[in-house]
Amino acid sequence: MSQVNVKTKSRLSSRIQDIKPSGIRRFFDLASSMDNIISLGVGEPDFTTPWNIREASISSMERGFTAYSANAGVLELRQEITKYMYQRFDVDYDPETEVLVTVGASEAIDIGCRAILDPGDEVIIVEPGFVSYSPLVSMAGGVPVSVGTKIEDDFKVSAEQIRAAITEKTKALMISFPNNPTGAVMLKEDLQEIAALAEEHDLIVFSDEIYAELSYDNKHFSFAALEGMKERTILISGFSKAFAMTGWRLGFVMAPPDLLAAMLKLHQYSLMCAPTMAQYGALEALKSGMDDVERMMQSYKQRRGFFVESFAEMGLACHMPGGAFYAFPSIKATGLTSEEFAEKLLYEERVAVVPGNIFGVGGEGHIRCSYATSMENLQEATKRMNRFVSKYL
Amino acid sequence: MTEKELEILRIIEEDARIDFNTLAKMTNISEEEIEAILKKLEKKKVILNYSAVIDWSKVPQAEQVTAMIDVKVTPKRGVGFDEVAERIYRFSEVQALYLMSGAYDLQVVIEGKTMQEIARFVSEKLSSIDSVISTTTHFQLKKYKHDGIIFEEGEEDRRIVVTP
Repeated sequence: MSQVNVKTKSRLSSRIQDIKPSGIRRFFDLASSMDNIISLGVGEPDFTTPWNIREASISSMERGFTAYSANAGVLELRQEITKYMYQRFDVDYDPETEVLVTVGASEAIDIGCRAILDPGDEVIIVEPGFVSYSPLVSMAGGVPVSVGTKIEDDFKVSAEQIRAAITEKTKALMISFPNNPTGAVMLKEDLQEIAALAEEHDLIVFSDEIYAELSYDNKHFSFAALEGMKERTILISGFSKAFAMTGWRLGFVMAPPDLLAAMLKLHQYSLMCAPTMAQYGALEALKSGMDDVERMMQSYKQRRGFFVESFAEMGLACHMPGGAFYAFPSIKATGLTSEEFAEKLLYEERVAVVPGNIFGVGGEGHIRCSYATSMENLQEATKRMNRFVSKYL
Repeated sequence: MTEKELEILRIIEEDARIDFNTLAKMTNISEEEIEAILKKLEKKKVILNYSAVIDWSKVPQAEQVTAMIDVKVTPKRGVGFDEVAERIYRFSEVQALYLMSGAYDLQVVIEGKTMQEIARFVSEKLSSIDSVISTTTHFQLKKYKHDGIIFEEGEEDRRIVVTP
């Protein structure tokens, strides 16, 4: 008879125990315990979802569209998604076999990892990057391998940097441009050398392009639009950032049929389908929301101009972010670590920012400041930050 | 019109009080150039005025009544509606005047202190103009949104303070 020692056996899996608690959590707790703070710590638009989208979703409920949808999502929505992605970013996918509507882009990252990774498979993650990549790779049994980018390179990643991290076990590469938290973008020519490397080492490339519409200086170029890359790309996007729909939890993933079928298998067992009423809102977003996207994009662009310039006046180095809505200034000149800076700034001036180190390798010495907030808030926040920084310079 | 001029117009339409320094940073156009652009647009009467949107219903001593009056007129040979329009818009009570398509010709927006004041304007001044055939007066009961601004909206930031 086998014996199980119930006293020493943990209730939790070793996989989950190995995952560090989110670094953002501590700052959230700190910041929420204080009143009258100006938050530059929010990773979502300050706009409310445009009314026509909300109205379409309300109307879908009034008409009784409250049942499950197809596992992959409402077909009409998948058709609109492929049309939109073709028109905007020059990528051509089949709505029937190559698109899946997910519960946020985060689900797409999760099921993408679980669909392709065997235990021990390595995934190279370009950092600073979104906080979920590494834990989701780990939870899928993979091994995250960080490659850090630097302010001197405008936070772009080069093929050499990636090449240096490739081993026999490397299965995939995770990139996200425009980037959260750096705001970095990669142009076609920047991506081309990475495509060659992916080809050479037969890598699957996760390209998280959730901020694609928020590209200010150049039109976004999709990794999947590069010659031959569609076959090896898991292209992830969604409605949260461009259409100000974060709370709707609606994203999508596009991939070749074999990869998509595998992700669909996971999706149908764990989620069944994305919320139907959110899907009808998204359908309206694609049909008539582009003017709103443009309006919001212009507004972010103007705030970016104001905000980034302010760091130069404070004496902090900051590269011009080409996309997303974050500035990622270096605070090294103050002699403080990212966490010290963020914590002191919060206590002394009541401005919340996110310490850069929580976004992985290359993030230490920086802070992430979101300019998705009103001009009034930005003006007041920069005034306070200026006062704070001058104590250390 | 250049892209720069358009961008400046769109920003000051939202906030006419924005200072040149902020505007310069937002648009990446120098303060001097912004000043020159504004001067030019003022001179060309593209920018006509910089005014405030005020909710007068919150000011007790400034109670006022707004009415929209649909006016049917007989257009005059040679000058069409313009002559009668001018006769109407010159009255200081007239806040706005539009030539409309559809069931009537002119829409007059008029503000007065009381309903009586507006009634007097309609009967004594407007209806007595020769080419005016008929008038239909609608009083505004409540202002929900004006010039793109929602009056009663206290939409606060509902986002949680720190998110990835």
